[in-house]
Amino acid sequence: MNGITEGQERPVPKVDWPRADYSRVPFWLYHDPAIYEAEQERIFKGPAWSYVGLEAEIPNPGDFRTTMIGATPVIFNRAMDGSVHCVVNRCGHRGAQVRREPRGNAKEHICIYHRWCFAPDGTLTGLPFRRGVKGKGGMGPDFDMADHGLRKLRVASRNGVVFATFSDAAETLEEYLGPVFLQHIDRIFAKPVRVLGYQRQRIFGNWKLYPENQRDTYHGSLLHEFQSTFGISRATQQGGVTMDARHRHNLTWARSATDDEAEFQALYKADNVHDSSLRLEDPGMLRFHDEWGDGISIAICGLFPTTTIHQISNSLAMRQIRTFGPGEFEILWTLFGYADDTEAMTQHRLDQSNMVGPAGLISMEDGEAIEITHRAIQGEPAACAVIEMGGAGPIHDLNHRVTDMPVRGFWSYYAELMGFEPPGAVR
Amino acid sequence: MSDLVGRVTNLLAEYAASIDENRLEDWVELFAEAGSYRVVPRENHDQGLPVPLILCRNKKMIRDRIKALRNANEYNLHHDLHIIGAPRVVVISPTECSVRASYVVYQTTLEGQSRLFSVGRYEDRVQVTDDRLRFLEKLVVVDSFSVPTLLATPL
Repeated sequence: MNGITEGQERPVPKVDWPRADYSRVPFWLYHDPAIYEAEQERIFKGPAWSYVGLEAEIPNPGDFRTTMIGATPVIFNRAMDGSVHCVVNRCGHRGAQVRREPRGNAKEHICIYHRWCFAPDGTLTGLPFRRGVKGKGGMGPDFDMADHGLRKLRVASRNGVVFATFSDAAETLEEYLGPVFLQHIDRIFAKPVRVLGYQRQRIFGNWKLYPENQRDTYHGSLLHEFQSTFGISRATQQGGVTMDARHRHNLTWARSATDDEAEFQALYKADNVHDSSLRLEDPGMLRFHDEWGDGISIAICGLFPTTTIHQISNSLAMRQIRTFGPGEFEILWTLFGYADDTEAMTQHRLDQSNMVGPAGLISMEDGEAIEITHRAIQGEPAACAVIEMGGAGPIHDLNHRVTDMPVRGFWSYYAELMGFEPPGAVR
Repeated sequence: MSDLVGRVTNLLAEYAASIDENRLEDWVELFAEAGSYRVVPRENHDQGLPVPLILCRNKKMIRDRIKALRNANEYNLHHDLHIIGAPRVVVISPTECSVRASYVVYQTTLEGQSRLFSVGRYEDRVQVTDDRLRFLEKLVVVDSFSVPTLLATPL
């Protein structure tokens, strides 16, 4: 047993789902502190796998990065034998944060409070004055170092993309992702990658609004006018949504230049969306190089609970969410290219980084959309969000993107893990 | 030299005012024709990683950014307020100097609530001619790189 025991879980509030297909979601689920607390235990420390980093970020023995799974601080690092580990960044003694730097290289992690020392795999390797000083003090005779290490998580890597889970009962990462998402990771990570840098965005809203946003393909060309205007993503293009068998993950995909400019203009004008004659003086960032040979120019891959792998034209990034209470979360964007990119290709990816992140020409709006939703739904215990674009009832794949059906998929697996599925729940 | 420091101080004051008064088209004209504007998170800058928050490698891209803000983007409704510290000016040539200054930006909602939005520093190259100063290169290194809400109007 670890010396610091996890607190007894408090009872999870009951949810009265108006509909078993999750086409109505009560607003209080985004604000309730008891729900947030239960999510930490049942989702983030439950049987889900969370992305923690890329092996390319810790190439050498001793390399470490600190990150978070939900609200729990973790160290993601490579041991001296080359193996990759993820451990909770909380001292087995008094609970202090052991590693404070965001990154570095070290053979061991030493807590500054009482100098307890841990190996990269979390094993407690030493503590000062364990046997006392001049025969006085020290730990008792039954103190066993093996019981007081940093909590070790299960770790699995797919082509250098590293995931971790707190649960011994969780299925394997391969089972968790399923064939569609394994194949997608293999597509994006077919070659060694090089990390180009990070972007961070602090959003004052509930974290669930973000995985919802990733699965709501309906908003893409409406909120983000830049991407419809310039043909990066339009509802008129060939595209769709593809989920796993459990409908917890979603891949939104589209092919550029598969629609008709006049048809697009007419539709968006008729629905009074926008009538833009905007042109860029330097259109370089709009170019798409089909690196994968499949014509897919947009692939937003949302993995339950909070991981996104994005390909927006030639911009590639991992997105990870860290939670800071029911009303605040951070998105960490890790932008990358391939190790064999030419200088021109790296420059193109950097030019396209203008489109993503907190200042992204096609993504800045999400921060605002989430905050205005979070603000306005406060204090409405009886009211619900409406999620039925693309149809209510069973959840399934679609060969178009005029839908938010994958949002219902997210909620169905969420409710299962939280233990409050409605009778006859759609899965 | 003191005359140059005065002119640089005026340039930075006009820079702040053009953003804070929502005269972003005037802000664009503070850049030379060969001018660039980059906003970079400090964590990337310190590690030598190239990813920016905003990258306008030429004046066309600077104009495009403002055009997009005016016509295509939605963002939080707010007023900006810049406070720029005393500039350190180093003469590079008769027609060019380098400028380093700290900045603080507050944002205020239309309901009158202010928050500290961003702190960091400017590392600029400024073109000096008889009639005016303009930015050849403006690098904004952002200390507050965990950007609150979103970054739309220039820092």
